[in-house]
Amino acid sequence: MSENNNSIYSKGLIFTVVALVVILIGTIVTVFVPMMTSAMHPKLSNMQENPYTPLQLAGRDVYQKEGCINCHSQTVRPLKADVLRYGEISQPGESAFERPFLWGSKRTGPDLARVGGVYSDEWQKAHMINPQHFFPSSNMPKYPWLAEKKLDPATVEKHAKAYGLNYKPEDITALENATELDALVAYLQQLGIYVENTHAIKADEAAFENATNPNLNNPEKIARGEEIYNLLCIGCHAENGKGQAEGYDLTNLTFAEALPDYTDGMIFLTIANGLEGAMPGHLKIMTKDDIWSVAAYVKTLAK
Amino acid sequence: MKEISGDSKIVMGYIYSALFWGVIGLVLGLLISAQMWSVSFNFGEYFSFGRLRTVHTNMLAYGLGITAEMGAFYYIIGRLTKRNLIFPGLAKFQLVFYNLVVLVGMISLFMGYTQSLEYAEGEWYFDLGVVVSWVLFAINVVGTILTRKEKHMYVSLWYILATIVAVAVLYIVNNLHIIAGLGKSYHLFAGLNSANVEWWYGHNAVGFLFTTPILAVFYYFLPKSTGMPIYSHRLSILSFWSLIFMYLWTGAHHLVYTPLPDWLQTLGIVFTILLIAPSWGSVVNGYLTLAPDWSKLRTAYLAKFFIAGITFYGLQTLQGPTQGLRAVSSLIHYTDWVPGHVHMGTMGWVVLTVTAAIYYITSKVYKTEIYSESIANIHFWLVLIGQIGFSITMWITGIRQGLMWKTANADGTLQYSFIETVVGNYPYWMARSAFGVIFIVGMLFFLYNFIMTIVKGKQNLSNQ
Repeated sequence: MSENNNSIYSKGLIFTVVALVVILIGTIVTVFVPMMTSAMHPKLSNMQENPYTPLQLAGRDVYQKEGCINCHSQTVRPLKADVLRYGEISQPGESAFERPFLWGSKRTGPDLARVGGVYSDEWQKAHMINPQHFFPSSNMPKYPWLAEKKLDPATVEKHAKAYGLNYKPEDITALENATELDALVAYLQQLGIYVENTHAIKADEAAFENATNPNLNNPEKIARGEEIYNLLCIGCHAENGKGQAEGYDLTNLTFAEALPDYTDGMIFLTIANGLEGAMPGHLKIMTKDDIWSVAAYVKTLAK
Repeated sequence: MKEISGDSKIVMGYIYSALFWGVIGLVLGLLISAQMWSVSFNFGEYFSFGRLRTVHTNMLAYGLGITAEMGAFYYIIGRLTKRNLIFPGLAKFQLVFYNLVVLVGMISLFMGYTQSLEYAEGEWYFDLGVVVSWVLFAINVVGTILTRKEKHMYVSLWYILATIVAVAVLYIVNNLHIIAGLGKSYHLFAGLNSANVEWWYGHNAVGFLFTTPILAVFYYFLPKSTGMPIYSHRLSILSFWSLIFMYLWTGAHHLVYTPLPDWLQTLGIVFTILLIAPSWGSVVNGYLTLAPDWSKLRTAYLAKFFIAGITFYGLQTLQGPTQGLRAVSSLIHYTDWVPGHVHMGTMGWVVLTVTAAIYYITSKVYKTEIYSESIANIHFWLVLIGQIGFSITMWITGIRQGLMWKTANADGTLQYSFIETVVGNYPYWMARSAFGVIFIVGMLFFLYNFIMTIVKGKQNLSNQ
């Protein structure tokens, strides 16, 4: 032990105070000083002071309650792969009204920062109730109870006030028949809507509209297409493309009589670019050749 | 003599509580590990992964970790101050009160009442309960140390005092919330500040709940169980002050590549690298303590627990800073690499050190030898194999998944859909569950040995 009888190691109180001061230095510099700077309070010009509707705020509460944050992040990093997969890089101002921030730290499931509008409401609800219906090998739990639980408008109003948001009484009473599932989906559908995606990978319509499918009648490519179909498409369009509530019947691509038949190029563009609010685009995660293979497989499903 | 002393009863009370929460927390850990590879292990609202993962981490941090540390601190303080606890009645009350707080906290996490801040999920009433418990604890600890009968404070007391003040500051600031209702509150800080405050807290919760308290335990019990004095007092001083100074700067390494300002991220990363030095100061001090006689690893059965423990601490404090680097973070952040890292610290460093300290305390309190050294050895090896297997499978799958997320086709598009990258994890997640079983079996050997030592001790006392 120390030779000096008057050292700090024999003075308990002074030691404790010095330790506290040492701990506070880093705390002040990295936490409290930045709080005073404007860089830590960014705003987006197109975002209102009241970014959530009552239903969306209630959905945010559900998102917290079910622990979605344990498997889903909400930050697109400035990395090429992140931007390709999810969309535009997360902007500081997007989180301005987030109490707490919900960026997360784990991606057992995909990032959700840009999920708003990618799928239809119906798809989101059906997926929440039974994710394995769409992705049979998914490990996401089923959330059937959300569809059975009604929101309590009085509670939503109380939470909104604490959050610093004020709503008109009629907006609150409008919640009366909404379920937690409606709320959660409303919350998900607004994620990322304030930032435009400038990096989206889209197939050029003019270039593909009249293209012919190079993989037609190629058994190897059709088998590849079937493999991909059974992984990514089957959830919505069902087995053998027979279709169901969440996805069109693919065995009959003539559609309404007034419309022309789907050409190869149109099938390609639909798979590649998706349909806004109804079907996600796949070009970001598939080569053009694979898309042609899926298109070739889909053609074989026609009645 | 028919009974152990009053202070010893208090210490044992904390240890019993810690082990109670520990068993439940570990079983829940096993359950959620199975939920990762089969959705059929989710059982309705209260037993779905989103809720249970939070219950698992909180129960082991607040139930097992903090409770065990409180017991160990009271034991160490009793010896190093050469006096009894200043307020034994208060310590008993605090034990009951804190257990109730943890119970209420865990039930409300099952119900989905959460602040969504990692390791600070408990709602406002849980926070109030923890703060009151911590203040009671601090009064007893600081009061006893200030009225000690030994002039100098040994290293362990430094770490104990630092833990007391740091946890108070961290916990209170991050848990400042706007109360919205009984089961709901919103962070006082918004957006970037919410993130910055949370990870300043989150990283230092690791620092001051799983590093400094365990170092206090390590510095006390390594010399005690081997009869070898700590190698260097100077190195202890240097490591202590630099550790508690640098830790607080590092939180932003959890927010690499997020919208947090770059300078804060970089500052966090730089201090994270600097932190290797004080961490390894304690590692080197531990190794060199045993250097004059490495045969202690064979002859003193507890020595291997402490040396393996400090080795994992050393590996942890090298791996952690590496993960903070942008290039590494871009690959492994958000993957299972990170839980692999965390579990090396908790299952390796913390569990090995704390269980060894509990063996030592129990045999001292009951003035007997441990029930079985061979069972302690089986416990050691099973826990070691379980933990290493757990971490390695997670590192492999973390790198694998990180690469699959990035892999591009020749035309610049991504090669894998998200679901393909998930499915690839399943075999590794299954292996992780298997290693988890091995770890838990090891812990059951520990529990059996612990209980039998007490039974033996009680028989000895009543025969006297």
